Amino acid sequence: MTNILQPIGAAVLNGLEQLGRITLFAAEAILSAFRPPFYFRLLGRQFIDIGYYSLPVVGLTAIFTGMVLVLQSYTGFSRFNAESAIPNVVVVALTRELGPVLAGLMVAGRIGAAMAAEIGTMRVTEQIDALSTLSTNPMKYLVVPRLVAGLLALPFLVAVADAIGVFGGYVIAVYKLGFNSAVYLRNTVDFVTNLDIISGLVKAAVFGFIVTLMGCYHGYHSRGGAQGVGAATTNAVVSASILILVLNYILTEVFFSR
Amino acid sequence: MTGAPKIAVTGLHKSFGAKKVLRGVELSVGVGESLVVIGGSGSGKSVLIKCILGLLRPDSGSILVDGQETVGLTGNEREKMRRQFGMLFQGSALFDSLRVWENVAFGLIQGERMDRRQAKEIALRKLGAVGLEAPVGELFPAELSGGMQKRVALARAIAKEPSVIFFDEPTTGLDPIMADVINKLIIKCVRDLGATAVSITHDMVSARHIADRIAMIYDGRIIWQGPAKEIDRSGDPHVEQFIHGRAEGPISMPVRSL
Repeated sequence: MTNILQPIGAAVLNGLEQLGRITLFAAEAILSAFRPPFYFRLLGRQFIDIGYYSLPVVGLTAIFTGMVLVLQSYTGFSRFNAESAIPNVVVVALTRELGPVLAGLMVAGRIGAAMAAEIGTMRVTEQIDALSTLSTNPMKYLVVPRLVAGLLALPFLVAVADAIGVFGGYVIAVYKLGFNSAVYLRNTVDFVTNLDIISGLVKAAVFGFIVTLMGCYHGYHSRGGAQGVGAATTNAVVSASILILVLNYILTEVFFSR
Repeated sequence: MTGAPKIAVTGLHKSFGAKKVLRGVELSVGVGESLVVIGGSGSGKSVLIKCILGLLRPDSGSILVDGQETVGLTGNEREKMRRQFGMLFQGSALFDSLRVWENVAFGLIQGERMDRRQAKEIALRKLGAVGLEAPVGELFPAELSGGMQKRVALARAIAKEPSVIFFDEPTTGLDPIMADVINKLIIKCVRDLGATAVSITHDMVSARHIADRIAMIYDGRIIWQGPAKEIDRSGDPHVEQFIHGRAEGPISMPVRSL
């Protein structure tokens, strides 16, 4: 009997230990974010890397998601003569859920992986130790600018993704399915509420923090050469993706269940 | 040795999990002295200097720098103490996203908040001191050969004019001629700065070149130390075996037949 329970217990303890370490790492990063020196140039560079250079991939994801949403909801809704609800469904689904989650997942693949690989390589080639010997706190120099950039850039990305997604849906609805352009836009604008958009942007900020935190944490603690860096990269993307999906549910619960 | 030692290590223990790497190291380095710690791979040399630098936290023991206890220092006090240290890493550990001169000037710009133009001037002068021309300063580390990278790393280690410089395997991976160049540069730089030097190496040629005093670490303890000239008359079988590079002796590598 103990033979069966032992690995389960070990896995649980291991998971809790990891959770504790990540929490301590995040706490240290947040504390050092408020103490000088501040590296605004690095923050700017990271913001451009996350916010600007992720635009194409996030935009493509958003436009096709909006398009397919309209197509699928049309096949369903037309059976009940409920086509007029389509703009509503599309804009709410995009701003509340799909915008932040898909942008978060795409950025986890693009940015989280790159951060884990870069910081992981710096760890195994002793560049992080070198920072310390050059009177530079690696937490402040490497981790804080990335976390803050993720926190700020994702809401911006998601706002753009929301607009592009709605536009994708609009194009299909009007040019393929024969919706009236003015009515479609009116329905979209009338139905969407501030809470829809704001909840999506808050989610985006949380996901941005999670993606960069996972990238930095796994990179920072990578061990043993190329294989270690590879494992760190995988762990960063997988853990960020799972956390995004779990936290998305929890945040939806917080915002909308009453 | 006269006067108070620059660095005094007593009873230093450090283990990783069940593996005891340092088991009570006793070592002191006088002001302006060049100490070389020799020992085989995995004997704890790197761990020892990482403990002195404060990159690793020892389990127990004391490390005095200028008579001040450094074990357990954190934050600003730790950074202030590190300011007087310079370190040449085994793999050079240059920041590959920065130009050569920015690498050399890093500690001045980030650590001492020096003006970039002034820091560049100093960086180019330090590059000149290790035999690299100004145009090299504009290159990226990946564009340099291993020997040049080592010289850039040396220039970076001495840029802040530290009072203690650590050298981690300075000649490993270099051809014999470049190794000699690096040895001579180390002697010159240490003498010009009047600095205290602590090196770790398993290259006996290098050790004889740069050491005033040699200490041998084996199995986590210092088993012999004395003036460099007396290393051939140590009378210690471990030291004898090491300096003559013999596979047979008290230091045994268990090898099984194929």
